Amino acid sequence: MPLSAIAYETEPIAEAPALVPQRPIATLTNITKRYGATIALDNLSLSLRPGEVVALLGPNGAGKSTAVKLLLGLIAPTSGAARVFGSDPREATTRTRVGAMLQVARVTEALRVRDHLDLFRSYYPHPLPMPEVLRIAQLQGLEDRLFGQLSGGQKQRVLFALAICGDPDLIFLDEPTVGLDIESRRALWQQVRCMSDQGKTVLLTTHYLEEADALAHRIIVINKGRVISEGTPSEIKRNSGDRTIRCHTDLSRDFLLTLPSVTSVEFNAGAVVVTATDAETVLREMLLRDEALSGLEIAGPALEDAFLALTRN
Amino acid sequence: MATSAITHPLPTLTGSAHTLRIFGKETKYEFLKLMRTKSFSLSTIGFPVMFYVLFGIANRNAYAGNVHVAKYMLGSYACFGLIGAALFGIGVGVASELAAGWLELKRASPMPASAYLFAKCASAVAFGIIIVFILTAVATTFGGVFLSATELIKMLGMTIVGSISFASMGLLLAQLVPANAAPAIVNLIYLPMSFLSGLWMPLRFMPHWLQVFAPALPTYHLSQLMLSIFGYQDSMSLVSHWNALIGFTLLMLGLSWLIFHRKEQNA
Repeated sequence: MPLSAIAYETEPIAEAPALVPQRPIATLTNITKRYGATIALDNLSLSLRPGEVVALLGPNGAGKSTAVKLLLGLIAPTSGAARVFGSDPREATTRTRVGAMLQVARVTEALRVRDHLDLFRSYYPHPLPMPEVLRIAQLQGLEDRLFGQLSGGQKQRVLFALAICGDPDLIFLDEPTVGLDIESRRALWQQVRCMSDQGKTVLLTTHYLEEADALAHRIIVINKGRVISEGTPSEIKRNSGDRTIRCHTDLSRDFLLTLPSVTSVEFNAGAVVVTATDAETVLREMLLRDEALSGLEIAGPALEDAFLALTRN
Repeated sequence: MATSAITHPLPTLTGSAHTLRIFGKETKYEFLKLMRTKSFSLSTIGFPVMFYVLFGIANRNAYAGNVHVAKYMLGSYACFGLIGAALFGIGVGVASELAAGWLELKRASPMPASAYLFAKCASAVAFGIIIVFILTAVATTFGGVFLSATELIKMLGMTIVGSISFASMGLLLAQLVPANAAPAIVNLIYLPMSFLSGLWMPLRFMPHWLQVFAPALPTYHLSQLMLSIFGYQDSMSLVSHWNALIGFTLLMLGLSWLIFHRKEQNA
């Protein structure tokens, strides 16, 4: 692993490739996509800028994979426009600059890892060297295995390798870490950061909010085919507001509810859970009133809560 | 960096060499995959060879008029084998890759769609040729069949024609049939069709009404063309067999194209 990469891992993610406003390399503009009577995407617009890692979050059926398929030129919009590198995503020249990891139910099992990679590398005019692909996807030592002999996590890493082997400038990762153990998941995150470092753009859809939080410069939350929120992970969290204070205390529920900015008080397994926007003030008051207060825990809004709050309706 | 390299258009010569290489690799790995998938390779090669050993060699000394039955069966089981390879390799193969999302991943890549189709077709042809070689070896060694070099070459040529023709039917089936039912449905079409057009047993040994029905089947026309190499064909003219086979192929391709485009529009 390159040293620079390790150093990068420990640094917080730079939040702004947006320092210099760059022209987007891929856009969906006012896209509506209907399947019969159902509307998969409803006047949705989004754009990806160079070097950015963008997470597309949303519950099942929100339209995440439809958006990805439109950008890959696999389906056509009912109305609106999809552009990638300034042209139609269906064009062959556009596709040589794009890599994709899609959810595939079954991959040809009777080919070796090396065969799959050799074939996909041949599709691209300037693929990464084979050893480089094996290193990035952590497949060293597995290249002579038949695909059918691999574990679930290893199969997932082969699909990742297929996405990156052509050295694309734009990479789509649809639920990339499903079935990976924690170690491989973190290794894959590391590679995504490296790619972003090299100026490559990554769009990932994920159900792991932790993943979006750890990886993305920007999160786009979509639900029912519409963008409902967009921003950095911390912006998304900030917007959802409340923090929770959990402790053992003799203070009464009625008293706690009178404290400023408290939105709810719940008793849970002998502890009280207070939800408030201005947690510091509430806590100061509580400590003052109850010297026996113990077992204190404070939690900021998890991205998960923010996400649930956003998609509740 | 890759970006700078790609923005310059490639010289056309390199471009076509690049495309050629994709066709080569796609075909190589499709063939390897089929060969390593024992459920495919053993049954598509094994069944026609086994049938020929059972029925062809048993008839090594049988003649019907000037027709050597073992030689007749070499032609008809060659058709049976190559049709099976095309229908299963392409019909079942494409149906399952379609259902698994594998084809979608390939379509999202820069792979030319023609390379995919070419690889499937070329692999079907390769399996057809393997089957014909094995059958010929069995027939000449154990079946008392004499085959001239010209006849063998013509058989191989007809194998290519037949594989491509039935590949088009496989392509249509792949789009119509759900993947998990594909092997069963292909069998339900392939086996009766083979029997009814006299691929298992010469038509002249079958009831008259069956003989009348046979010209409605594409398998019949292919087998007649194959048998004509030995001078064993029925009374119908060769031109009409060619027309029927070409018409069938075009019909299958046309329907596949229509269905593909309808799906594409609804996607």
